[in-house]
Amino acid sequence: MADERKAITRREVLGHGLRGLVALAAAGGLGALALRGKATTAADTVWQIDPEKCTECELCATSCVLTPSAVKAVHAYAQCGYCELCFGFFEDNPNNMDTAAENQRCPTGAITRSFVEDPYYQYVIDEPLCIGCAKCVKGCNAFGNGSLFLQVRHDRCVNCNQCAIATACPAQAFVRVPADHPYLLKGRGPSG
Amino acid sequence: MKRLYPIYCWLLLILPTFAFGEERFPPPEFESNYHAPVVQNPPPHTVWPVALDISLLVVALALAAYLTLKRRSRRGVFALTLGCIAYFGFVRHGCVCPVGSIQNVALAIGQPQYALPFVVAAFFLLPLAAALFVGRVFCAGVCPLGAAQDIVLLKPLKVPAWLEHALSVLPYIYLGAAVLFAATGSGFLICRYDPFIAIYRMSGTPLMLGITAGMLALSTVVGRPYCRFLCPYGVLLRWLAPFARWRVRIAPKACVQCHMCQDACPYGAIRPPTPAENPGGRREGKSRLVLYLILLPVLLAAGGALGYFGGAVLSGQHTTVRVANRVWLEEHGKVKGTTLESDAFHRHGQPVDELLQNAAKIRKQFDFGGLLLGGWIGLVIGLKLVFLSIRRRRTDYEADPAACVACGRCYRFCPEEHAPAEVLEKIQ
Repeated sequence: MADERKAITRREVLGHGLRGLVALAAAGGLGALALRGKATTAADTVWQIDPEKCTECELCATSCVLTPSAVKAVHAYAQCGYCELCFGFFEDNPNNMDTAAENQRCPTGAITRSFVEDPYYQYVIDEPLCIGCAKCVKGCNAFGNGSLFLQVRHDRCVNCNQCAIATACPAQAFVRVPADHPYLLKGRGPSG
Repeated sequence: MKRLYPIYCWLLLILPTFAFGEERFPPPEFESNYHAPVVQNPPPHTVWPVALDISLLVVALALAAYLTLKRRSRRGVFALTLGCIAYFGFVRHGCVCPVGSIQNVALAIGQPQYALPFVVAAFFLLPLAAALFVGRVFCAGVCPLGAAQDIVLLKPLKVPAWLEHALSVLPYIYLGAAVLFAATGSGFLICRYDPFIAIYRMSGTPLMLGITAGMLALSTVVGRPYCRFLCPYGVLLRWLAPFARWRVRIAPKACVQCHMCQDACPYGAIRPPTPAENPGGRREGKSRLVLYLILLPVLLAAGGALGYFGGAVLSGQHTTVRVANRVWLEEHGKVKGTTLESDAFHRHGQPVDELLQNAAKIRKQFDFGGLLLGGWIGLVIGLKLVFLSIRRRRTDYEADPAACVACGRCYRFCPEEHAPAEVLEKIQ
């Protein structure tokens, strides 16, 4: 049987067959999975917060694998009331309506308040300072227009396969979104 | 409508965000020439690294195959290991890796709305394809998880055979559980308990850092404990590597039976020649094999039954089921107070019935999934017993292709590798 010239073992025959078969099946199967997905969403996904589901629990600040978190507050100016007494900016019952630290809600002083015209003030997020704790978002949602909200900032996010904040999020607000529309923005501005 | 009005008012009061678009303070019409600042939304930096990641993975796999099979150089493999730690580990923060990609594939199968990204498919397939041709070269020097254990190995202890065989069932269980959890959308277990990712991210929760420290400490005395006794991707590689076209051959010409390679292998992957006579006797071996073959369907059924009833416990890991359980307890006054999760649920204003129905659906999935998982575990244990009682004949010391991670440590110890022909003749 085992001729010197054609000494091919059963294992080798199996191996050759299996290699071809597995390569074909795997490529076909995964191709089908990828294409099926393409019909509904783009192939690559990134993590994002659905601001409508977010409950400002403050876990974004501490659960991210990055320090500070890749989540930051974002301001939808089109939705902002430009209030003089901004509940995103000021503590409850501030001593004075000025920019002293004791009056500010933000623990890192990451919101810049500036006068626009009587009686309106503009509030800008200083992103490098923001830690994504959502204290301002909570204030703005509770008493204001809800123009402040949290978003995963994709210049920082390392796009972990399993987002650590998504695991911790009690509101299931973390969703995978197509990489070509990586933001879920609030307000009247164009999204994406 | 009238009946709903009080509910609507109540919702407005406690659910300010739910009343989306309702503005308490209308945005002002400015008299001065004011323009709101433009918020920059930086795009994800994915486009170039995707192509780079895949091409570097291909290059690394090819290099690993070349260094282990052709050059037979442990030093080269070590250098490659360091390179891969630097890129796949520290630069790319260990994500996405082939080990974790199993879950993306499972999620894409289980949840039709999830699309399998191309890069993930490539990371899943390439090392498997490589295993079919050149064995587990991915483990040798490319995998950042394997690399972390490989470079801290100081003094490997021999794991006793009984323990090694018992623990080698764990990766199959881990794989089954990870696939079940990913396919039901309950989260990615492999990523959550990844023991080495904290090193590459240089951050982690106390639990993760604890696992990392423990695993690294263990890796100094036990060769690659994660790869051998936990890694779910290793299971797939284990299946494919025995069919590799080219694989690690220790003695270049003829084995001189010195067992130095077996002593040198820190991963217990080198099998000695089998004795000419079966120590237990042929008859006894045969009856044991028959017993295990009969036991196989029994284990399968028992595992399936246990899994079916255990599915309900596992389903508690799914957020929806967990919230539903909590809300149900709260509604029936069995617990006091609320959790962050039940608060979030109440705030969204989703009807409780809908939540309970969704949870029931997921529990059903887990009943079926638990059945499969339990059956799988029973099957794995049964097959392990069967394979243990099958005798294979070996005349030389050989690397077990399923277990060999192609690290190249044994080459240096083989007298055939360097000795001149006349010396070898004397030994023989």
